Amino acid sequence: MNILSGDPSDIFRQEADELFVQLETALLDLETAPGDKETIASAFRALHTIKGSGAMFGFEALAKFAHHVETVFDRVRNGDVLVTPALVGVTLEARDHMRRLIDAPGQVSAGSGDAILAHLDRVVSGQENPVCARAASPVERFIPSSPPPPSAKVSPASSGYRVRFTLPTNAFVLGTNPVTMIREMLEMGTGTVRCDASEVPGLDGLDPEQCYLRWELELFTGQSMEAIEDVFLFIRNETQLTIEPFSVAPVPALDLPLEPLRELPVVDSGSASSLPTSSPSPAASAQSGKPPPIESVIKVNSDRINGLMNQVGELVIVQSRLKQIAHSSTEELSVVSLRAVVEEMGRLVSELRETTKGIRMVPIGSLFSRFRRVVRDLSRELGKQVRLDTRGEETELDKTMVESLNDPLVHLIRNAMDHGIESSEARLAAGKSVEGTLLLTATHVGGQVLITVDDDGKGLNLERIRAKAEERGLLAPGAEISDGDLAQLIFHPGFSTAQAVTGISGRGVGMDVVKKSIDALRGSVEVFSQTGEGCRVVLRLPLTLAIIDGLLLKVGEERYIVPLSNVDAIVELADAMVEHSGGDGNHFLFIRDELVPFLHLRDLFAVVGEPPPHEKVVIVVVGKRRVGLVVDQILGDHQTVIKSLSRVHADVKSFSGATILGDGRVALILEIDHLIEFGQHREERLREALHPSGRRVGHEILVR
Amino acid sequence: MKSSSDSLKSLIIGVAGDLFAIPVHVVCDILDLLPVTGVPTARPFVNGLINVRGRVVPLMDLGMKIGLSGATTTPDSRFVVIEQEIDGEETLVALRADKVHEVAEFELVMSEEIPRIGMRCRAEFIRAVGRRQGRFVMVLDLERVFASD
Repeated sequence: MNILSGDPSDIFRQEADELFVQLETALLDLETAPGDKETIASAFRALHTIKGSGAMFGFEALAKFAHHVETVFDRVRNGDVLVTPALVGVTLEARDHMRRLIDAPGQVSAGSGDAILAHLDRVVSGQENPVCARAASPVERFIPSSPPPPSAKVSPASSGYRVRFTLPTNAFVLGTNPVTMIREMLEMGTGTVRCDASEVPGLDGLDPEQCYLRWELELFTGQSMEAIEDVFLFIRNETQLTIEPFSVAPVPALDLPLEPLRELPVVDSGSASSLPTSSPSPAASAQSGKPPPIESVIKVNSDRINGLMNQVGELVIVQSRLKQIAHSSTEELSVVSLRAVVEEMGRLVSELRETTKGIRMVPIGSLFSRFRRVVRDLSRELGKQVRLDTRGEETELDKTMVESLNDPLVHLIRNAMDHGIESSEARLAAGKSVEGTLLLTATHVGGQVLITVDDDGKGLNLERIRAKAEERGLLAPGAEISDGDLAQLIFHPGFSTAQAVTGISGRGVGMDVVKKSIDALRGSVEVFSQTGEGCRVVLRLPLTLAIIDGLLLKVGEERYIVPLSNVDAIVELADAMVEHSGGDGNHFLFIRDELVPFLHLRDLFAVVGEPPPHEKVVIVVVGKRRVGLVVDQILGDHQTVIKSLSRVHADVKSFSGATILGDGRVALILEIDHLIEFGQHREERLREALHPSGRRVGHEILVR
Repeated sequence: MKSSSDSLKSLIIGVAGDLFAIPVHVVCDILDLLPVTGVPTARPFVNGLINVRGRVVPLMDLGMKIGLSGATTTPDSRFVVIEQEIDGEETLVALRADKVHEVAEFELVMSEEIPRIGMRCRAEFIRAVGRRQGRFVMVLDLERVFASD
């Protein structure tokens, strides 16, 4: 909240984006767990902040609307109103409406908002005792700029709290007005306020924009402790706040000490009006129709920023060395040290570039969470029960990549739900669970990100695909084609029916649109179908910018990287572990009661010379398959920025990419999939050679 | 390349004792020798990678590719980084050069018919032949050189 440059309403829009996500997530969670207090509180907080910030930034219509919804959720929080699917539904509608009020306030008719609120009221009053139908009051009553104390009536059983708070010294700069906060608390009931001004410095040391005061309130209210805490919602983290229950009965005649304090605003509002946040222009641009384009914002892990700071720090040091050299007297010496500095500088700059690129990496979870709503709405629309599961949300992808993946993934989800997953009746008839499942998974595999969309529906109708392909001349009638290849035809541009080709809303086929978008990202898309069991679409995306944790190895003179996520174990290559299976040498390692095939990377990479005495074996694993890689030396872990290999090396299968090490040299990243395949292949060949009958060799070796 | 009066602004490099011309507009960088990372299992004439300002760039031994001897390392050796479209992708590739001579415009003497006899290197990679200071200069057909084969 302390970034005050630029148009403040832009900041609000960005903040609202997050709040809407929070609200939507909470609401969708409530559908499955309607009683969860935490989730209800999260939804309430989001609404409260939308209202508060909205009012602060001049979105009056939004604040009004949000206030109404918030009131309902306050009652939900207090247990007066129950969470029902109908309530969640209408609140989701309300969320969409609020979104429109922010995005295009000029184009939203007032009637649509009222209709939603009326609906909301109906939903609430439908389940409540008609006697206390206060939530059905008209919207106009709730004007946030001068809120009537919504709960001024103190319940007889009011309890006392001692509230002490110290605002952050920059509270005024942040636009916080302690007087309104105190007033808000006093409106909850009755109380006394004491102000501790002992920290206020002398006039010469006084910074008028700093807050030196502390307050203590004795408050008697029927409200809960959380309600008091909510007053500090915007600055909760920065404020030192203690709220203690207080058991003494309320002291009457409190007006005397209260009055002088209430006069305080005169002083305060004078100084506050000069502050940037307290007087935002009431979103003039927002009224004039279209909102200005919002600059896209990335949340960055502070570690990365710290890394950046360190590198900049190093750069400053190098610069001062450079300066020193420039002023040094002996020329000979300066040339030598100049070279060193230039080298250092080069390294730093390239590191800086990498760090900066790394800042653009975001976890894909932000994208996945958007699809919950898509799935929910679509399952209503289609009358099918579908659950969305997601895995690998933490997988990092370039921000631009994440954004461009939205449309193709929505398309795939719609397709799977529309055509893949059957109706409840059909599912029951097929002996499946009533609820269909959609599974979204993201993983790093070597230098690629794999995103899969699985459904447990009926799979592709291969007969129809064949018929259509033949009809459109993509396939010679009666041509021999494997089912797998036949399925891929749905991505053919000529396959789609013409009217289906629109970005998101395209129903039916239109899979070529998906393929086109993925191609544009230099990725690939494949479909796998099991008739009656489901369908899987696999997107493979190159990750020129992905960062992985790698293990740095040495083989001969070269260093290589293995993705750490694939590393299962590292052991020393000791003769005792090697099972000699006959033939031309050792081929299995005996590790944790299992035989693991292994490969000498020195042989594989044709390294000349003698291996060092203590070779190591890195056991790598993909799924359930394992292979040992014999290397010269383990150098340690390495943050690896993956760079893809160029087309020149398209034929090289052993490496998925390359990276640049700290000393500026290039190191290759091993393609584990390929090496495992190679190892397994070799193992099979060996087994066949040894035991043509095809009996299990592993066992025989064990008992040998 | 119709007539013999065409001229071409090119970078002239020495590879395995012969002179070759590369159009200047594709040349990005001329670098002193850098540490080379070997790429096992790659084809021998592209079995290296170098770091060019933070980018991983394949290194091609031009001499070996076009049928001459492989590069030798001398104090004059340089890496010439060019940008070339390979399979529809703009790619940076570094070429080993025994020496970088100069940027020059020179006259093409024979452009229509490249004699197969008397040429040490494989003629399909040569687009034209020119003359510079009494020596022949071969204009490389980079598309052919980098075409996947």
